[in-house]
Amino acid sequence: MREDFREILRLVRPGARVLDVGCGEGDLLELLTREKQVDGQGLEISQEGVAAGLARGLAVVQGDGDRDLDHFPTGSFDYAILSKTLQQMREPRHVLSELLRIAHQAVVSVPNFGHWRVRWALLSRGRMPETGALPEPWWSTPNIHLCTLADFVALCDELELRIDSCASLADGRPARAIDPRGVLENWRAETALFLLSRKTHPVPDAAPVDLFGEALRSPADTPRRRARA
Amino acid sequence: MTAQGRITAEFETGGGTWRFPPDRPLRLDSGATLAPLEIAYKTYGRLNEARTNAVLVCHALTGDQHLASTHPTTGKPGWWSRVVGPGLPLDPERYFIICSNVVGGCMGTTGPASINPRTGEAYGLAFPVITIADMVRAQAMLVEAVGVETLFAVVGGSMGGMQVLQWAADYPDRMFSAVCVAAAARHSAQNIAFHEVGRQAVMADPSWCGGDYLKAGVRPEKGLAVARMAAHITYLSEAALQRKFGRELQRDGLSWGFDADFQVESYLRHQGASFVDRFDANSYLYITRAMDYFDLAAAHDGVLARAFQKARGVRFCVLSFSSDWLYPTSESRDVVRALNAAGCRASFAEIESDKGHDAFLLDEPQLDATLRGFLAAQANARGLG
Repeated sequence: MREDFREILRLVRPGARVLDVGCGEGDLLELLTREKQVDGQGLEISQEGVAAGLARGLAVVQGDGDRDLDHFPTGSFDYAILSKTLQQMREPRHVLSELLRIAHQAVVSVPNFGHWRVRWALLSRGRMPETGALPEPWWSTPNIHLCTLADFVALCDELELRIDSCASLADGRPARAIDPRGVLENWRAETALFLLSRKTHPVPDAAPVDLFGEALRSPADTPRRRARA
Repeated sequence: MTAQGRITAEFETGGGTWRFPPDRPLRLDSGATLAPLEIAYKTYGRLNEARTNAVLVCHALTGDQHLASTHPTTGKPGWWSRVVGPGLPLDPERYFIICSNVVGGCMGTTGPASINPRTGEAYGLAFPVITIADMVRAQAMLVEAVGVETLFAVVGGSMGGMQVLQWAADYPDRMFSAVCVAAAARHSAQNIAFHEVGRQAVMADPSWCGGDYLKAGVRPEKGLAVARMAAHITYLSEAALQRKFGRELQRDGLSWGFDADFQVESYLRHQGASFVDRFDANSYLYITRAMDYFDLAAAHDGVLARAFQKARGVRFCVLSFSSDWLYPTSESRDVVRALNAAGCRASFAEIESDKGHDAFLLDEPQLDATLRGFLAAQANARGLG
């Protein structure tokens, strides 16, 4: 099982309403339906993916996250999941904001462009990095809006999102709970999985404690006002 | 007997004409009532003991109840023989499949060619204007009459898809799932425009006789054929026409006249000529009118999502075809967005095809696979073995 799937599976409450944006052939939705009895809805751009999802009994709409999120009513899901595709969106800021309009919590994973391997590739060879989390050359990568862990945290602050929990993911290794504001993590985390909610919403019960067994809220994470950029 | 005939005989399980007594009229949107109401229908497969495996298939503008049976007039296989049959997505070994001729039709259900009890003659233009909702109301009466409380699925393409949406709006508690193929929640200006061309062609034929052609013992065959020719172009895509005919000629050289020089002309003439053998001109007027009047959002304060507000328990599958310019993907997308907005469980796929609107009737493996997958998954959810 993919490590991020394992984490998401641990995270999602049984019976929850889940929107999986970019659900592919529905692997994650099927897993969540089977293991957590969620009421799932997928959004997928490819017709093959949609057909595969339908055949599995999943509800999947052909569409894309950039265009079709606006049509979902506010608060219609408990979780909106966006796995490793935020950096492929035309308007990631809008998408992130929409996810947390549609759902009470968002599960978002992003590759960290601040990872040391990425920095090293740029620094030593002066070439665009090709790493485990970012395997494709610059001319064929679907990633058009890459960010570092620090960038993502800054965007969350700007959108007044609360980071309920965060884990670092790397291929073949178990997930590790991290404080995404830690300077070192911006070097160490290859991919980060976030559980987000709106600061204006009450702290969702069960969420962070269920995930890693400890609350992750540092003082910097408490609600505060920020001047909008 | 053709191969199709043999297969048909095995899984066709019933049908005929259901006659509702005069004290059970069909109440129409126009305020009029229709009585006595007769509905011509066919069934395939058997209703299970729990009565949970019934599927209603709604036909398109010129379709009928001969879903998978040999057509009595043309001798051709049923219009959806590709989809309905043993081993096919709508398998009569699993489902009890019902298909009925719409109200206003001309294959046995009460329509403008039926006898008006008040005059003892064919209704003609005395037949009341009907709507998609009226068609659905009549179907609901039939479904109840054959002993089905809740349909496992309501399935249809084109005008049949409009009926599916209307079912979801009017009888959401009486259906488990819905499949709407190549349809829209309203008729666009272009849709209405093409229909008007067809109606004007019929009415311009002197043999139409102001709608009383049956009394006069004639039929507006030329007008109806032209209507069919124009409509048929809208069912195909430019690419499909080009692939099929290009500029190919019927014979060597041009005729330097107005014979059917081009193969596409000859094809359209054949479509028109064969259509008039099986279709009633007034039915064509009434049914196209019903489609033009269709606007599901308008009937719900202009908000399409409101039409589906009570359909949250229904599992929807909406399908469109990439080259369908009559009911383009954008129309299906609007339906899906309204379903999402209403909080319904919806699936949607745009199937890549260059065959245009008619793709839903043609060999489209991707359509079959999607239908099969969706229905099988819903059957599991419904506990159908």
